[in-house]
Amino acid sequence: MQSKIFNKANFKLWSKLGMRATFGVAAMELGDKVDKLMILTGDVSTSAGLDRFKKKFPEKYLDVGIAEQNLIGIGAGLASEGFNVFSTTFAPFQTMRCCEQIKVNLGYMKQKISMIGLASGLALGTLGYTHCCIEDVGVLRPIPNLTIISPADSGEAVKAVFASLKHKNSVYIRLTGGTNIDQIYDDDYEFEIGRSITLRKGKDISIFATGIMNKVALDCSEILRKNNIDTEVVNMHTIKPIDFEKIKDSAKNSKLIISIEEHNIIGGLGSAVAESLAKINNSPEQMFFGIKDTYSEGGEYKYLKEKFNLIPSKISEEIMLKLKEV
Amino acid sequence: MVDQSEINRIEALAKKIRKNILKMSLAAGASSSHFGGSLSTVEILATLYNSVLRFDVSKPLWDDRDRFILSKGHACLGYYSVLCEKGFFKNEDLELFEKNGSFLLGHPVINKSKGIEFSNGSLGMGLSLGIGVAIAAKKNKKKYNVFVLIGDGECNEGSVWEASMSAAHFKLNNLTAILDKNNLQQTGSNEDIMSTTNLGNKWKSFNWDVIEVNGHDILQVLNAFKKNTDKPKLILANTVKGKGFSFSENNNDWHHKIMSKKQYDEALKELENAK
Repeated sequence: MQSKIFNKANFKLWSKLGMRATFGVAAMELGDKVDKLMILTGDVSTSAGLDRFKKKFPEKYLDVGIAEQNLIGIGAGLASEGFNVFSTTFAPFQTMRCCEQIKVNLGYMKQKISMIGLASGLALGTLGYTHCCIEDVGVLRPIPNLTIISPADSGEAVKAVFASLKHKNSVYIRLTGGTNIDQIYDDDYEFEIGRSITLRKGKDISIFATGIMNKVALDCSEILRKNNIDTEVVNMHTIKPIDFEKIKDSAKNSKLIISIEEHNIIGGLGSAVAESLAKINNSPEQMFFGIKDTYSEGGEYKYLKEKFNLIPSKISEEIMLKLKEV
Repeated sequence: MVDQSEINRIEALAKKIRKNILKMSLAAGASSSHFGGSLSTVEILATLYNSVLRFDVSKPLWDDRDRFILSKGHACLGYYSVLCEKGFFKNEDLELFEKNGSFLLGHPVINKSKGIEFSNGSLGMGLSLGIGVAIAAKKNKKKYNVFVLIGDGECNEGSVWEASMSAAHFKLNNLTAILDKNNLQQTGSNEDIMSTTNLGNKWKSFNWDVIEVNGHDILQVLNAFKKNTDKPKLILANTVKGKGFSFSENNNDWHHKIMSKKQYDEALKELENAK
């Protein structure tokens, strides 16, 4: 199903809203279009941008309270009766609190729901690491029959939400970034689950980025270009299944592969890319940018990104240093 | 008014279920089986499948069928036995229990055409599924009812109480949970491992209608199922783990144990000699 509201006239507003509130906008369209729809939440309707939705579509809305295991179980029960189910809560609670329910109900039993992980990554840094989420992709990736998407901007979040409806597997949609996020796309484009999007072509090195880190990757490529390093930037919006063919293709030509993610460097995009590279003869070395397997002290989003060097100047500097070695 | 012939039919079904349980337990061989916790559910399952559940074995996906979920999935011996007796699969299929590639594993695997609504086994998950299915019935304006069989040990799981709280909140009068209270769990009594004192009051305080019965007294069980309630209903079934065989009753060694041919023969004799 395609979204009718996916219109470039909306991009600016959506970027301002950020992915969470944009999900709420998409929900309104789902409410209008999808008959057997149920959007579930665990007492985070406002955070998921669902305040308007719950007023307009009370019959398609269910708050199960602060009980994420029950959230997934009820969602799976509804899905088994033919409902199109979305579950919404903050990323740590959407994934780890109910991880076994996800395994048994969605993975093993293949009851199909779309899970929206709100404010993943470091966006809630001032609240501490109970609310940050740097582990969700790593926790979910080994569960069969589960697809993992981390959209690059608000528009792509809308695309992912609609694509998940017709997708055969349960989908985890990992929303990153706060409000006033950067916009990656300025026009409509084709979004297909599992197929990466090359945002910028380049022949020297390749950056694979996911979620909000796509903008960081693009900015890096700009700095690197000025230093005569022609950088490919690939939006790996789907982390599972990973676009192996694209990685293989890039590995053929690039001197260096780089992964950038707002996630622990263990278990996430970087790991998925590395698993692919390991299967490719004479593949280039990989640099992993992300959270270095640690819980730091908390702080503002920008502060934390700087702390983990998830900023274009630092990443490009490290890449240039590395290029002197390879 | 329940007539005696109905009770007799349920009793006869219960006996067949016990016989099948023995057969599967023997067939499991060295891989062993959850014997005791299956035997405590026999009268509950026999009553449900004989007199309560609406289903059509020739149309297992019939939209209006009642849904049954075995949340204490390890008690699948009784479940498979009753499904077999009701024609969802052949008696010789029971020999496939826990065999390589079999559809009858030691915990149920979703197989709607065989009457198995969901995969279960990890405790504390079935009631939430049942709530989702019960809400779906309300949304779809369907009249079917949802039945979930849980265990007392299972009530150690916090997720049971998340589900319990929400079923009452959503006013699911189409949902019945049956609590097989056999007082024993894997490695000891509830009392020793995790006290389940006043389980009935706990469920009442979560705003369920609680009906306490002797879970092996078919008339009591049947009447509990037949009673209409405005709230979700919890049938607190006081049962005996290992019920039906002198060597296994209240003997927690039989939670999960290998059955020898000699034990099987003796048990079969005991069953046949029972009234």
